[in-house]
Amino acid sequence: MIPSQQASHDGSAAGVPAARGLALSKVYGSGDTEVVALDGVDVTFPRGQFTAIMGPSGSGKSTLMHCMAGLDALTSGQAWIGDTELTGLDDKRLTRLRRDQVGFVFQAFNLLPTLTALENITLPMDIAGRTPDQQWLDRVVDAVGLRPRLGHRPSELSGGQQQRVACARALASRPDVVFADEPTGNLDSRSGAAVLGFLRMSVRELGQTVVMVTHDPAAASYAGRVLFLADGRIVDEMTSPTADRVLERMKAFDGVRTSVEP
Amino acid sequence: MWRTTVRGLLAHKLRLALSGLAIVLGVAFVSGTMIFTDTLSRTFTSLFESTSNDVGVTRATAFEAGFDSPGGSASFLPSSLVEQIAAVDGVAAAEGYVQAEGVYVLDRSGDVRDTGGAPGVGVSWFEDEDLSPSTLTEGRAPRDEGEVALDSGTVEAAGYEVGDTVTLLTPGPRVEAEVVGVFTFGESGGLAGASLTAFDLATAQSLLGAGDGLTGVDVLAEDGRSDAQVRDAVAAAVGSEYEVRTAAEQADDQTAALQDSLSFINVFLLVFAGVALFVGSFIILNTFSMLVAQRTRELALLRALGAGRAQVTRSVLLEALVLGLLGATVGLGAGFGIATALRVLFGRFGLTLDGSLVLDASTVGWSYAVGVVVTLLAAYLPARRAARTPPVAAMRDDHVAVEKSLRRRTALGAVLAVVGVAALVSGAATDDGSDAASLVGLGSVALVLAAIALSPVLARPFVRVVGAVLPRVWGTTGRLARENALRNPRRTAATASALMVGLALVSAFTVIGASTNASVDRLVGSALSADFVVSTAVGQPFTPAVADDLREVDGVDAVMQERFGAAQFDGTESFFAAVDPATLDRTLRLDYAAGGTDGLQGDGLLVDEPTAQTRGWSVGDVVRAVLPTGDRVALTLGGVYATNQAVGPYVMSLETHAATGGTPLDRYVYVDVDDDADLGAVRSQMAEAVATYPVVDLKDKEEFAEEQRAQVAQLLLLINALLVLSVIIAVLGIVNTLALSVIERTREIGLLRAVGLSRAQLRRMVRLESVVISVYGAALGLALGTVFGVSLTRALAGQGIEVLVVPGTRLAAFLLVGAVIGVLAAVWPARRAARLQVLDAIAAH
Repeated sequence: MIPSQQASHDGSAAGVPAARGLALSKVYGSGDTEVVALDGVDVTFPRGQFTAIMGPSGSGKSTLMHCMAGLDALTSGQAWIGDTELTGLDDKRLTRLRRDQVGFVFQAFNLLPTLTALENITLPMDIAGRTPDQQWLDRVVDAVGLRPRLGHRPSELSGGQQQRVACARALASRPDVVFADEPTGNLDSRSGAAVLGFLRMSVRELGQTVVMVTHDPAAASYAGRVLFLADGRIVDEMTSPTADRVLERMKAFDGVRTSVEP
Repeated sequence: MWRTTVRGLLAHKLRLALSGLAIVLGVAFVSGTMIFTDTLSRTFTSLFESTSNDVGVTRATAFEAGFDSPGGSASFLPSSLVEQIAAVDGVAAAEGYVQAEGVYVLDRSGDVRDTGGAPGVGVSWFEDEDLSPSTLTEGRAPRDEGEVALDSGTVEAAGYEVGDTVTLLTPGPRVEAEVVGVFTFGESGGLAGASLTAFDLATAQSLLGAGDGLTGVDVLAEDGRSDAQVRDAVAAAVGSEYEVRTAAEQADDQTAALQDSLSFINVFLLVFAGVALFVGSFIILNTFSMLVAQRTRELALLRALGAGRAQVTRSVLLEALVLGLLGATVGLGAGFGIATALRVLFGRFGLTLDGSLVLDASTVGWSYAVGVVVTLLAAYLPARRAARTPPVAAMRDDHVAVEKSLRRRTALGAVLAVVGVAALVSGAATDDGSDAASLVGLGSVALVLAAIALSPVLARPFVRVVGAVLPRVWGTTGRLARENALRNPRRTAATASALMVGLALVSAFTVIGASTNASVDRLVGSALSADFVVSTAVGQPFTPAVADDLREVDGVDAVMQERFGAAQFDGTESFFAAVDPATLDRTLRLDYAAGGTDGLQGDGLLVDEPTAQTRGWSVGDVVRAVLPTGDRVALTLGGVYATNQAVGPYVMSLETHAATGGTPLDRYVYVDVDDDADLGAVRSQMAEAVATYPVVDLKDKEEFAEEQRAQVAQLLLLINALLVLSVIIAVLGIVNTLALSVIERTREIGLLRAVGLSRAQLRRMVRLESVVISVYGAALGLALGTVFGVSLTRALAGQGIEVLVVPGTRLAAFLLVGAVIGVLAAVWPARRAARLQVLDAIAAH
């Protein structure tokens, strides 16, 4: 697994992880209604790795992703994307960070209906007023296998194609890290496999860094490493996962948590 | 379903507020306009209807002169008539009175109070309280020479009190008198800005030039006798020379005359109410269509859970009904605010509307009709569509409501456009002024409807072409804005339409105003050879003493008095000008096609070319004229001139006018100065002579033209002030649509923010979309308005607007206004969009 490309836009930071968090904590509400979503999480996402975050509902996996991606503010702790610390950044800088250093794939509604597939892919760079690196863009588009459909609007694409366009958009600006939030949650298993295969390929062959939140063991098996979250803490880690092993591990949670699950 | 309806209403407070606001705005606009219109009409009606008699006797007129000249005929009734009438069986009381225009109270600085064109009327005070239309509020009635009672409005405006000595201008001499009483006129006390000065009968007779004559005799019927019985008895006693009418008949006649003279205002206010109705309905329709469309998924869920189609539709209608009722009620209240604002505005221009605002039942009816019916309709159509959507399809994430084809609208719009253009073209080509105006009106309405039908079709190409600039200047933000404006052409069109209607009217009036001004300039430049004009600001009649004094000034070459009257010429009624043949050529320039000024001597008559043509008259023909007094004269046609706005279609000599009972009051006095005299010196002497008569002004040609233009400008200002209201409502409609669009696109906005669109860029995106929509509305309105303006100007060519001017720069400025409106309308929705939290937006449904 040797990265074929330097993954960061500031090539000097070879030793710096793509993203990391120190003592991350996030508390919603206060007093009786206080909910601790993240409870002192330390986490590192090395460059060129595909990490899956798993855990039962309410374990804090989405919160972890949102806080790491600059979409939500931490209650305490520090988070970095590349060598940029997120804590204390104002809205303008956070916006720029998301635009230039982070890629996003959401579960649904990833594309603007008014723009074509290609326009959606280059949207972050267009917003920034930058010309995309044509060579890189071609590689991404070819990898995602959508070249014939680039001129189509999202409404003319299938759900799987739409998610692949979203993946291509997330990668098009060569971000430090791509955050994917249940990217296959709305897809049938074949389309899901295509999207996951593409994400894995982007890590293996394009040297990108991907962090994916999922609850599907089969999806997690595409990752190189799985982090297990429960009650706002990282409770386990697994490298070279398989669907069966992940499922086994998750069953252990179910045994513990059935009583508190809603 | 009740509970889901109520919950649905409460769950989306902002949506509720926005749709409620749309209804409130729409209804407020309609009710405000109607309340104001009714108040205006009531003010005038009560002004004319405030007679307290049961039966009134006046001199019979030979025909109803529709444009009865103020002062009317100078033929008075003999005083002896009062005795004669009082003796009639069934008459409880009879009292003669005198009434004439041209009586003005000077304020403390010696100027005439500006009445904004309303007349200054002098009357005799009725001694019989039961007969008097006025009620004393202070002091006592005038009993003697040197005593006067004034209406409360005049007293308040000039700051006089009982006991003060005031200076009065009358058709006769200027007099000083003590204010002994203050009164209110009629039931409302409203005079629409006119001033009323009351004297005792003898003083009134002498000041108003009645000798010992009377304007009329008012009669009270004895108890137990009907007005009609007394009328018949009196009529039998006085003979056919006099007209005897019951109170009801007088009111009817006056209302009819009022309708005539106010027809312009009525038509305009009707148009305005129509615009109000339209814009208001549109905002409601637009808002509700969007709301229900947004709820398609929610409604589909209800359907999936087993609610029937009818139940879903009913739930939406129930919600609309509740909102409509609430909105209409609040809107009706807000309408009072609008009417009050309009009243203040009109007051600024001298048109004082006294009394309280009039809330007619029809206003309430229309308000609720607009608020409830339009809302129900607006909710029903999309709700029916939503109920028809298969539940599964609607609940899918990527469900996109299928747009209906625009083909039917295109066909309908094309037909309307053809009808509209045909009506406009034939209207512009028609000679008859009123026919032409109605054709143009019809054509305009058809074209507006065509534009509304076609605007979604036109929106795409327009936004594409105009929007092409956006990506070039603002990059991706610009492109996103353009795409947003393009994505739902119906919505873009509906939002733009409200603005379109307002701006179409503003543009039309701009063209008409500019053309009128140019015509005035040409008239003054070509028709006037006099150096100076003396007249009141609003064409009120004034004493001939002014002309006499001007003749005395050294260096004055010629002074010509001009008066106006109405007569039937060989059976056709028209107004005419009466001038002095001796000085006509030196003051006015008439372009003769046949005959000449000499033909006016004695009982000569001059007519303009169109009249001669349509009547088939040629010089030497005898034309029989009947005056309102019943006097008949045979006039010999002595000349035919090219249409001239200074004199109109008929000209007779002052001599004939006086001989047939015309009022000896001038409307215009033209003064020509000796060529070798020092214009400045003569002017200052003339100014001195005129200074004794504060009602009249001395103007040179340029000032005269300026005065005429100022009248046009003031009228246009009033019209535009009313139209600005419709534009404001339209702007609020844009705000509403944009805000709802922002809500609708919450997830999209969240996505854009997540992938790096800054708040400033997001605001700009909303702003640019708003600008595109409003510039589209402005452009459509501008195009339509210019067409209307040009057609109407052409149609009115015979009525004095001879020159057609299309003020390009000013019209182009309206496009700029459209852009500014877009920016302003976007302020709040853009801010709201930018404030959305990224995470919330992404998670939103």
